[in-house]
Amino acid sequence: MSDLRELYQQVILDHNKNPRNFHELPNATKSVDGYNPLCGDHYKIYVEVEGDTIKDIGFTGNGCAISKASASVMSSSLKGKSTAEAHQLFDVFHKLVTGEPGSLSTAELGRLAAFSGVSEFPARVKCATLAWHTLNSALEGDKETVSTE
Amino acid sequence: MSAVLQQTNTGLDIDRIRRDFPILTQPVRGGRPLVYLDNAATTQKPRQMIDRIVRYYTEENANVHRGVHYLSETATDSYEKARTTVKRFINARDEKEIVFTRGTTEGINLVAQSWGRKNIGAGDEIVITAIEHHSNIVPWQMLCEEKGSRLLIVPVNDEGEVILEEFEKLLSPRTKIVSFGHASNALGTINPIRKMIALAKAAGAVTLIDGAQGVPHLHVDVRDLDCDFYAFSAHKVYGPTGTGVLYGKESILDAMPPWQGGGDMILSVSFEKTTYNALPYKFEAGTPNIEGVIGLAAALDYVSAIGIDTIAAHEQDLLHYATKRMLEIDGLRIIGTAAEKASVISFVLEGVHPHDIGTILDEQGIAIRTGHHCAQPLMLRFNVPATGRASFAMYNTRDEADALVDGLHKVIEVFR
Repeated sequence: MSDLRELYQQVILDHNKNPRNFHELPNATKSVDGYNPLCGDHYKIYVEVEGDTIKDIGFTGNGCAISKASASVMSSSLKGKSTAEAHQLFDVFHKLVTGEPGSLSTAELGRLAAFSGVSEFPARVKCATLAWHTLNSALEGDKETVSTE
Repeated sequence: MSAVLQQTNTGLDIDRIRRDFPILTQPVRGGRPLVYLDNAATTQKPRQMIDRIVRYYTEENANVHRGVHYLSETATDSYEKARTTVKRFINARDEKEIVFTRGTTEGINLVAQSWGRKNIGAGDEIVITAIEHHSNIVPWQMLCEEKGSRLLIVPVNDEGEVILEEFEKLLSPRTKIVSFGHASNALGTINPIRKMIALAKAAGAVTLIDGAQGVPHLHVDVRDLDCDFYAFSAHKVYGPTGTGVLYGKESILDAMPPWQGGGDMILSVSFEKTTYNALPYKFEAGTPNIEGVIGLAAALDYVSAIGIDTIAAHEQDLLHYATKRMLEIDGLRIIGTAAEKASVISFVLEGVHPHDIGTILDEQGIAIRTGHHCAQPLMLRFNVPATGRASFAMYNTRDEADALVDGLHKVIEVFR
């Protein structure tokens, strides 16, 4: 059960139960649908970008605890950040959940550190990164839908 | 998991059967006994089937229907004997009616592309049910798109049972083919196929049964059913992956154009004119999955030796026991509560997504399926994004159903 506790850390369980920014954004400059066709997870990510700054993020949809908590933590971590910072953080997050070296210290990661247990569960990496991939696409502005497959 | 002395009251020597399936003794996830409850996705394989494939490659390997040499004759003989085994297993009239495919999906696509393209036109209607697997939805959608025909869906009630009156209402002279599952992979519902086939025939429609979840659990007699087509997969009935069967009535198969072109499906080829081979070879272009077909026959022999009715009784015992035990769990809801069910239990747990249930059970060595089970429209019907699904086979035990229930309590613990 120890690996499970690593995966389902308190932060994740909390964000799953009470997701932050779990709503549409009336002033969204862009919204993108993200799907994981294998498990049926589906989120819509809304962003309001002004110049280079992410003014607001919201999301709707449903999926497992890992994917929902990830969308929630992402949305609260990126509000007010620049798009360049968002890309950078995605890179760090991706390394964290795939167990690649080179990620930041726990202190630097902040709430994102709660996802460190995901790397022990390769089947769940897609859950953890679904919202991030979707946001990435919203910021790039190139697609209306994203799929993990 | 102690399976010892689990001689069930359904007359199955479960201990002996479990010894036939080598994979079941393999510990997983740090030494835990494997509790394999994902049988609706694929079944595990008995040693008898595995050994037969090994023997084929060790002693008989050659291409079939081609060579004059000893090995080719031996391989062809084994391959064609397998056809006879399948014929007997589903009580078809003739070997010509047994077409080997890659699986149920390919069988349905073959019918849609060959029979469908020839016989279905604009304004014609195809009837399926709301509990079909994607493989019995998409091939028809593709055909409808091409031909301008319509796909009609028979609704199901809250138990997950096809509403027969609605089915009857959808049938008309425009109905060209009716295609539905013998049993639902997602809910377990066993359809009243005999009645549905009779109704469809009365309306003048051709009938196709998706038997992927039928053959493993139910006695199948295609002549008694009087269906026109019946498709199933080897791997869901203890055989290898990549092999399946399309049964078709000879007169209908005979009138159908070939589907894929290539070797084996021809009598003679010239650049001016090609003559197609006779049934069933007309539909078996290219070198077939010889080991798969031979393995399928070994699997069916294994099932026959135990007896499908004995297997069914054991699975029904497990279904009822597990259903009762799972319903004791607070917040657990079973999706699909038909009166007639195969040994499949689809469920949701309040406040926990099925995917998380799957991971936490897996850590305990328990394998279930989570997701939409390739039946997204059905998930929508029951207003759930996904479910967990435990599906039982002949080698499962009541102990394993208990292990699942204990595992689900751990899931609740993690999410409390």
